[in-house]
Amino acid sequence: MAVSESYISKLTAPVAQSGQCLLFLFRMISSIRFNASQLRAVLQQTYLIGARSLVIIMICGFFVGMVLSLQAINALEQFGASDQVSLLVVKSLFRELGPVLTALLFAGRAGTSVTAEIGLMKATNQIEAMELMAIDPIQVIALPRFLAGLISLPLLTAMFNALAILGSIVFAIGVMDMDSGIFWSKLQNGIYFYKDFIGGIWKSLVFGGLVSLIAVYFGYTAKPTGAGVGTATTNTVVLSSVLILVFDFIMTSFFT
Amino acid sequence: MEQAKPNTTAIRVRNLVFRRGRKTILDGVSMDIQQGSIVAFMGPSGVGKTTILRLISGQLKPDAGTIEVNGQMISAMSDRELHHFRRNIGVLLQDGALFTDLTVFENIATPLREHTDLPEPLLRRLVMSKLSAVGLGGIEDRMPHELSGGMARRVAFARAIVLDPRIMLYDEPMTGLDPIAVSTIRTLMRETNDALGLTSIVVTHNVDQMSKLVDYCYIIASAKIAGEGPPEELNSSTEPSVYQFMNGKMEGPIPFHYQTPGTQWGLLD
Repeated sequence: MAVSESYISKLTAPVAQSGQCLLFLFRMISSIRFNASQLRAVLQQTYLIGARSLVIIMICGFFVGMVLSLQAINALEQFGASDQVSLLVVKSLFRELGPVLTALLFAGRAGTSVTAEIGLMKATNQIEAMELMAIDPIQVIALPRFLAGLISLPLLTAMFNALAILGSIVFAIGVMDMDSGIFWSKLQNGIYFYKDFIGGIWKSLVFGGLVSLIAVYFGYTAKPTGAGVGTATTNTVVLSSVLILVFDFIMTSFFT
Repeated sequence: MEQAKPNTTAIRVRNLVFRRGRKTILDGVSMDIQQGSIVAFMGPSGVGKTTILRLISGQLKPDAGTIEVNGQMISAMSDRELHHFRRNIGVLLQDGALFTDLTVFENIATPLREHTDLPEPLLRRLVMSKLSAVGLGGIEDRMPHELSGGMARRVAFARAIVLDPRIMLYDEPMTGLDPIAVSTIRTLMRETNDALGLTSIVVTHNVDQMSKLVDYCYIIASAKIAGEGPPEELNSSTEPSVYQFMNGKMEGPIPFHYQTPGTQWGLLD
């Protein structure tokens, strides 16, 4: 009896938790107010979450662009098609690598810090203090961080793409002496703004919502202890990374 | 110690029952807390003292019984009414619970920003006056981690009284402070209470400090009120649980072993 009960609860727990998470999302959305203080809080969090992640995103983007060009030139040379390198690099960047890699980096850089911050606020009774002051912590703490993540990730993805193209230019044109006219004309003819660029940015918007919802929810439901906050932070990275890749496949296969 | 208005009851609790899982935390607790007095809930750790504070502030709902604060029935309030009601309550939590990402000024200003539409200059004057009331004028731009434990507790105190509450709830307000800070907080509690005509409830297990501060005292043991009365009366009480607690004895009706139904269930499984 006891065994089957625990079995069932193991199976139903993830379902129940997804439900809790969605309810949490609805509570956040229903507490949106378009007033000055909330706008200020969202802006501040966008700075902390988004702008502070810029450096790591830019560095990674630059090197991803370089290594992609390196591999692409090696592979394409065998068919005598190395002048197609910019097309291959930028198409794969815009459609897949840009949104996915930026989201993974964002989960590691910003998602963890949000979870840890909210978890620690909980552990030090700050959340409780807010409730006792009749301040809704979901509105004041959770919502601005969620919205900031939603705003930041598409912008960071665009930045990642830009720096990756720069990396590609540096390697292909600067190091491998490729003709810059060919590099750009291939892009001009083969890359489509809506299909390639917006298609990727749209995905990153979903990833932004996903990562920041997970980060905020896990922080908010963390056990108020050191170990509890640690576990919640780990869970944020693991679950966001897995779901980013799963959602990427689902969205790509259904909507493109 | 005289009480301001000895005949009006600020908080009336009747037959309060609260359970957590299979464990009964409070079982039929009744009390009348007088307007203007400072009252302590004392008892061994984990006995449900903090639970009473959470019941009074409406964070928890009782399983049975009623709580009336200034004539309003807390146990029957909707979330919206509760939200409104909490503006009249100031709470000082165990470690102060200052918002670590805000300055001292913003910490104290938070309840005002949230619940009032005061213009910035007025808000600033109000915050500064509360800050100097706790003797800390001039530290408004510091961050909470730059403060000593006693200073942080005083800032939290200023934040708790900034909306001019009618009732103050304190959860272990003196734990972890040095003796000077303890006296400071104690004086602040007394003076604020008497000057503003508040009603204060203090949860603590520090017998010595409480004897110097409070007007009336409830000792909670085994989910019930084991004894009540002014501190000096309790000190000379012969009731076994009260005697054991006030004198810190190991032998007595309050058990050393923590027994829950869960242990027995586990063994039978």
